[in-house]
Amino acid sequence: MESARHLFDGDETVRRIARLARLELDDATLELLRRQLGDILGYVEQLDAVDTTGVEPLAAAGEQTRLREDGLRIALDPGAHVRNAPDHSTGAFRVPKVL
Amino acid sequence: MDVTTLTLIELRDALRAGTVTAVEATRAYLNRITAHDDAIGAYLTVDAEGALAQAAAIDAARAAGQPVGALAGVPMGLKDIFLTKGLRTTCASKVLEDFVPIYDATVVERLRAAGVVVIGKLNMDEFAMGSSTENSAFKKTHNPWDIERTPGGSSGGSSAAVAARLTPGTLGTDTGGSIRQPAALCGIVGLKPTWGRVSRFGVIAFASSLDQVGPMGRTVRDVALLEEVIAGYDPRDSTSSQREVPTGLADLPRGADLRGLRVGLPREYFPESGLDPQVSSAVYAAVEQLKALGAEVKPVSLPHSPLGVAAYYLVATAEASSNLARYDGVRYGHRAKADDLYGLYARSRGEGFGLEVKRRIMLGTFALSAGYYDAYYRKAGQVRTLILRDFEAAFSEVDVIATPTSPTTAFKLGERMDDPLQMYLADIFTISCNLAGLPGLSLPCGFDDRGLPIGLQLLGRAFDEPTLLRVGAAYEDATTWHTRAPAEPFVARAGGAA
Repeated sequence: MESARHLFDGDETVRRIARLARLELDDATLELLRRQLGDILGYVEQLDAVDTTGVEPLAAAGEQTRLREDGLRIALDPGAHVRNAPDHSTGAFRVPKVL
Repeated sequence: MDVTTLTLIELRDALRAGTVTAVEATRAYLNRITAHDDAIGAYLTVDAEGALAQAAAIDAARAAGQPVGALAGVPMGLKDIFLTKGLRTTCASKVLEDFVPIYDATVVERLRAAGVVVIGKLNMDEFAMGSSTENSAFKKTHNPWDIERTPGGSSGGSSAAVAARLTPGTLGTDTGGSIRQPAALCGIVGLKPTWGRVSRFGVIAFASSLDQVGPMGRTVRDVALLEEVIAGYDPRDSTSSQREVPTGLADLPRGADLRGLRVGLPREYFPESGLDPQVSSAVYAAVEQLKALGAEVKPVSLPHSPLGVAAYYLVATAEASSNLARYDGVRYGHRAKADDLYGLYARSRGEGFGLEVKRRIMLGTFALSAGYYDAYYRKAGQVRTLILRDFEAAFSEVDVIATPTSPTTAFKLGERMDDPLQMYLADIFTISCNLAGLPGLSLPCGFDDRGLPIGLQLLGRAFDEPTLLRVGAAYEDATTWHTRAPAEPFVARAGGAA
């Protein structure tokens, strides 16, 4: 695998990732994260030295997930779902204009 | 009698015998919190009024001869990651500063059904991301053995509260060591159960393939008792196991020997550099003690374990970037002022999350992004398979594996805050266990020359918590480390070697 560390030499990648992650960051934070993410990627690249040919990745170590019966049930008191909402009206969440 | 000096089991027995009432026990803990928590900083929220009302209700039920639970009247503070209906739950984040859950986590429901009185919520690293509790958005928690040092993390409010007798026992969560490492640094016992053993419903998610809830306490038997209360299948967590929970976990015979037990010592967990020699000699001495109790000790190898930290920081951050997408300022949590929807998401998250959380979301988003998924996330998953295979091979030869819990004793607050990689290495001995989904127990096994506690970690086969607890109890019965308590008032310790 080609090292991706160089992607963090300039600020283009860190800005792109911040946008993907929906994080508004000031320039000082972007610069700090650019440097630190480069360092951390340098550290994790030790994984490249491991031969993983033919090894299936492990997503979780648990037993097979067993699904419960589907069915209708009351999960919450009526109206409770908006109790922590910053802005809501008639049981619906309000957001800024989308269109 | 000062009820706060009792172990959880002794307190339960005193409550049953009627020598202490639930209100008296609750008041005793509330008074200690008032007297000592300014120095420790373990609690984010204290619900004195609610706790006394719960306690009074339990006393009334008991007096009326109504059936009460196994822990009826035991007061307890809980990590602020567990949803508590009607009681503010912040996950130590500004994002959830005013969040009041509308239901209880399953583990909280089970504790309440057992009669536990919830007295408040305990500090932690924001969203459980950290190893020192310094990533809390609200306050620092101080180690009761030396208040200039960290109690560990992310369950550092929990470990400090148990060690300072501000709760008789509690629950933590462990994604990469967050129960065991703070337990070690505060001189208490912590159990990270097998992944799937305890429901995570209502536990604020960090990395779902790794997160596990577990008990923390002053003794192995206390921890076993709490494990018995919280473990078991929950239809609301589809990853929880349907295997039966062994009963009588806490009824461990006193002074048992360990004949027939095979203990593995993995050389990768005793590296030449990066491990405090005082920690390694205490752990070696503990292994000698296990031998003296009749156990057979043999070397084992876990060759891929040193890669655990690297694999973990890809897997855990990838899952976190996905799990934390829910904090968007719409349904709950902090909302910023913005003119459009993208701005609402990005600004709410930018304002609400602390630096470590941002760092991990960024790393995880990168590891999952187009073009890099195979090289990072998939590769880490493959290494995870190799780590699990190492454990399977070792457990064909031994019954438990003994290691240090943490490479050092408690470090100073502030010491590692500017160096995330250095902080991540605090979990080097605890992380592989999470990646493999196995149970791990940390228990006190000595002190360094500054008087700071050292932890012994025992790792076991999947769902073999009973063996870990049996070995832990036998060791505890043969030693006195767990009976030591930090001196009061809690202060900084200048003594010991530099």
